[in-house]
Parts: sequence; structure tokens; C-alpha cells
Amino acid sequence: MAEKKTMMQEFTKGFLKENPVLRLVLGTCPTLAISTSVIGAIGMGISATAVLIGSNVVISALRKVIPAKVRIPAYIIVIAAFVTIVQMLVKAFAPAVDEMLGIYLPLIVVNCIILGRAEAFAGKNPVLASTVDGIGMGIGFTAAIVLMSIIREFFGAGSLAGIAIFPASIPPVAILILPPGGFFVYGLMMAFANKLAEKKGLKKATLEGCDACPMAQACALRGEDKAESEVTA
Amino acid sequence: MPLNKKLTVGPSPHVRSGATTTGIMLDVIIALVPALIASVYYFGPGALALAGVCVGTCMAAEYLSRKAMKRPNTLGDLSAIVTGLLLAFNLPVSFPLWMAAIGAVVAIVVVKQFFGGLGKNFVNPALLARIVLFLSFGKQMTSWTAPFAWKNGPDAVTTATPLNLFKLNGLYLVDNMKNIESTPGMPSMLKMFFGERGGSLGEVCAVALILGGAYLLFRRVITPVIPLTYVGTFAAVMLLAGKGDLAFVGYQVLGGGLLLGAIFMATDYATSPINIKGQLIFAAGCGLLTAAIRLFGSMPEGVSFSIILMNLLVPHIERWTLPKAFGTPKEKRKENEKSGVKT
Repeated sequence: MAEKKTMMQEFTKGFLKENPVLRLVLGTCPTLAISTSVIGAIGMGISATAVLIGSNVVISALRKVIPAKVRIPAYIIVIAAFVTIVQMLVKAFAPAVDEMLGIYLPLIVVNCIILGRAEAFAGKNPVLASTVDGIGMGIGFTAAIVLMSIIREFFGAGSLAGIAIFPASIPPVAILILPPGGFFVYGLMMAFANKLAEKKGLKKATLEGCDACPMAQACALRGEDKAESEVTA
Repeated sequence: MPLNKKLTVGPSPHVRSGATTTGIMLDVIIALVPALIASVYYFGPGALALAGVCVGTCMAAEYLSRKAMKRPNTLGDLSAIVTGLLLAFNLPVSFPLWMAAIGAVVAIVVVKQFFGGLGKNFVNPALLARIVLFLSFGKQMTSWTAPFAWKNGPDAVTTATPLNLFKLNGLYLVDNMKNIESTPGMPSMLKMFFGERGGSLGEVCAVALILGGAYLLFRRVITPVIPLTYVGTFAAVMLLAGKGDLAFVGYQVLGGGLLLGAIFMATDYATSPINIKGQLIFAAGCGLLTAAIRLFGSMPEGVSFSIILMNLLVPHIERWTLPKAFGTPKEKRKENEKSGVKT
């Protein structure tokens, strides 16, 4: 682990420095698919944040009980349980949002952000820090996806949160709510986030070294990182 | 010998050609002028206005985006003017000017400057802008004005392009091919050649495009490899599809944006392969894709999509066609190939 961070740092790192969407490029699929409408993006952001906080707390509490070899299935079960709860809640209290999110709501189970935080953070940090991490990352994810949906819905559909902004005589730039437009906006937002982070003197975001990566066992590049850290130590 | 005359020692190349970016771009602009004149002749002053807006917006976008990114001003290399003209050539004359301006900004800022400027664009800027406009404003991008309609007052007469008529009347089926010339609204082969047909600004007049292409060949700005392979592959596929019907092949080659694409778009230096071998693969791919889209696709035209797709494949084509160094022993070469190093 790197140097000790304060709780405040754990909280704010998800906003920009390690923003899961814009800096770590995690959770790309829901980001691209859901950000066509602001309402859907808000729903997605809140649902994923709720799951993230819940799973971070439970996984962090169980981190000494879960055997390392089967940790991924164990994490998935915890995450799936929270997704099921969130899905039932959304279905009961916001059926319109449920309809909008469709398959992407149950797919939060396999959202990289949540598994990534479990693997990189909650699995080896105390409960309080993991809760704070979950909230911060959730806010970062929600902010990124909502900002993206505002850009895409405003220019691509001429409306915001379903309320028409442009008169019908001005046709919107429909490509922005199509998949290619999603990639365009995503790329531009990443570029601006990197620029912003660079200006603040933040280093390139990583998942805290190779050993944190779920692919560590199979990855050919793993040794390189180790050699480097040994040199610096 | 007095020592005040300095002798400089530098790395190669020592002999340079006089070609400059500005000179090449100027040649391309000259080559585009005949097609521009033809479009004004057929579609009226509106064509000039559209071209003016595209060129003006491209230049403004180039200047402002370079300034915002704190990079040197590159208006002088004239590439923004070429992009603007090519974009205008890909639009119908009735296209709203503010939409054209959006296309120009996409071409220059998104496709070119975000990727590092001239020579670093990942696809042809004008073509990608055309596709963005096509997917965004489909209705405006496909409302074609009949040639000479501008002379009869402001009420534009809409028409179908020859390729639209092909799709609508099922002329891609071999049984219907003998009806091509008798299809209502279909211009004669002569009119197709001189450009009296519906279509976007720059694509209609085949003779003007060929004239421009000949000028570029004469000035050695382009080589004939890509245009000839592109059109040749396309014509060969169409000959097969038409079971040898030459009129069908003629209409297909002259219709749509094939010549414009083959001469001016697919030959873009930054987005086409360097080697002749690579250029052959690239252009043949363009021809096959265009033919496939026209024959089997739901859209009437596929030149822009096929060139963009092949543009994206260029880095891979370049990797396959890396020339081998002369004199490498055979065993070594095999070894290198195995380990992925090309020699």
C-alpha cells in the first residue's frame, strides 16, 4: 500500500483523482448505454452508489473471513445480494426508472467499479474507510454519468430530463444519443478530466499497483511493476 | 578558401523535393475548382454559399482550436480550406447552413485537432463530418434538389438521386437491369457523365472530378494506385453482380460519390497506406465495401462508410505490409517473424 491517507482523501479521491469512469475507465458499459437521458443516468448513479456502499461495507467486514482463493465468487454473491435489494426497491418505488434502465439494473452485479473497489479497497481496508471510499467513488461515478447524460440529452435530443428545450423547428444533433456520439462525449470528458488532473499535479490514476488487479495471476506484465516498486523501496 | 563560409554536417535526407504542405494543398484546391464550378452551374449560387460557409467555418475552427490548445497557427497550410471544400462537396445544396457549420467544426476540431492536427487525423475529417451529419440530420442530408431548379425561382424541386432510383425500383436485380434507362427520373448516361442529376454538390459532375484527378496525377500529388484500384475493384464486383451488364456498371461508377471518394478522399495521405501493396489492399477493400453496401445494404450509398472503415484499418494494413530489409538472412527473417519483429 502507498502512504497512509486521511479519511478526507479517501472520500475525495473518487471525484477526480481516481474517478472510476473518467480516470480508471471502469463501468464503461452502463456509462455509455445509460447516459442518453438524464433521468436514467441519475437512477443508474444512485442505484450503483447504493450497491457500492453496501457491498464495500459487507466485504470489508468479512475481509478476514473470505478465503483469498475464492474471494471473487464471494464478492459477487455479496454484490448480487445488494443488487437484488436495490432492484426490488426501484421496481416498487420508481417503476418508470426501472423500465428505463432495463437490463442495466441487474447488470450492476458485473459492474467493474463495484468489483474493482471490492478487490482494490474494501478487501483490505477497515469498514469505515471502505464506507467512505464507497460513497466517494459512488459520487464520482454518478457525477460523471449525469454530466455525460446532460451533454448527450441536451444536444442529442434537445431536452433535459425529458423536458424539451429546443423548439421542434431546430432538429437536435441525433448522433449524440446514438452509440458513436456516446463514445465521442466519453472520450472528450476523459481528456478534460485528465487535463484537469494534470493541472492539479495529480499523477496518473492506477488501481494501486499490479497486485490489486484481479488479473494479477494471469498477467504477463506483473513483474515489471514489482521490480519498479522494489527499486523505489 | 576563407573560413567564413560555414559547412554544416547534418543527417539525411540531403536532397529534398520542393513539395510543401501548402503547395500540395493548393494543388488539391485547384483540382477541386472544376467540380465547384460545375456544382454552381447545376445548383446555383446556393452551392457557393454552402461551400463558403464550410470553408469559412473550417478556417475559423482551425484558428480558434489551435489558439485554445496553444499550438502554432496552421491556417497557412491551406488544409482547412481543402477540408471545408470536401465537406461542402458531400452535402446537398438545400442543406441548412448552420448544420453545415456544425459539420465543419466536427471535421476540424474533433477529427483533426483533437488527434494532433494535420497528418494525425485518424480518419478523413470531411468524411467523418459527413457521417455525423448524416446520422444526425438524416432528413436534411437526403433531400436532393434537381439540377437547374434554382433558375425557376426559390421553390426547390426535389428529386431522387440515381442510386435512390436503383434502390426504389429494384434495379439491383438482374431481371430489372434492362429497364435502367427507361426508369422514370433516371438521367441518361451522358447526363450522368456531365453531372445533370440529383446529388450532393461535388459528386455529380464526373468529368470535372476526372479533370481534377488528372491535374493531381500530373502534378504528382497523388498516384493512380488508389483511385484505379478502388474504381476497378468496384466495377469488377458490379460487373459480376450485373452478369456483364455494362450500362449497369456505368451507372454505378458514375452514380453516387464513388469518383469523388476515390480521387479526393481515399487518397488522403494521413489516412491511406504508404506502400503500394498496402494501398492496393486499402483501395480494394474500399471498392468491395462500397459494392457490398450498395448491393445489399439498406442505404443507397456507401462510399463514405467504406472509406472511413478502411481508414480505421490502415494502421493494421501498414503492419502487414512493412517492407523487409534487403539482405537479412532467411533463417533470421523467419525467427524475427516468429517473435513478431519485422525486418
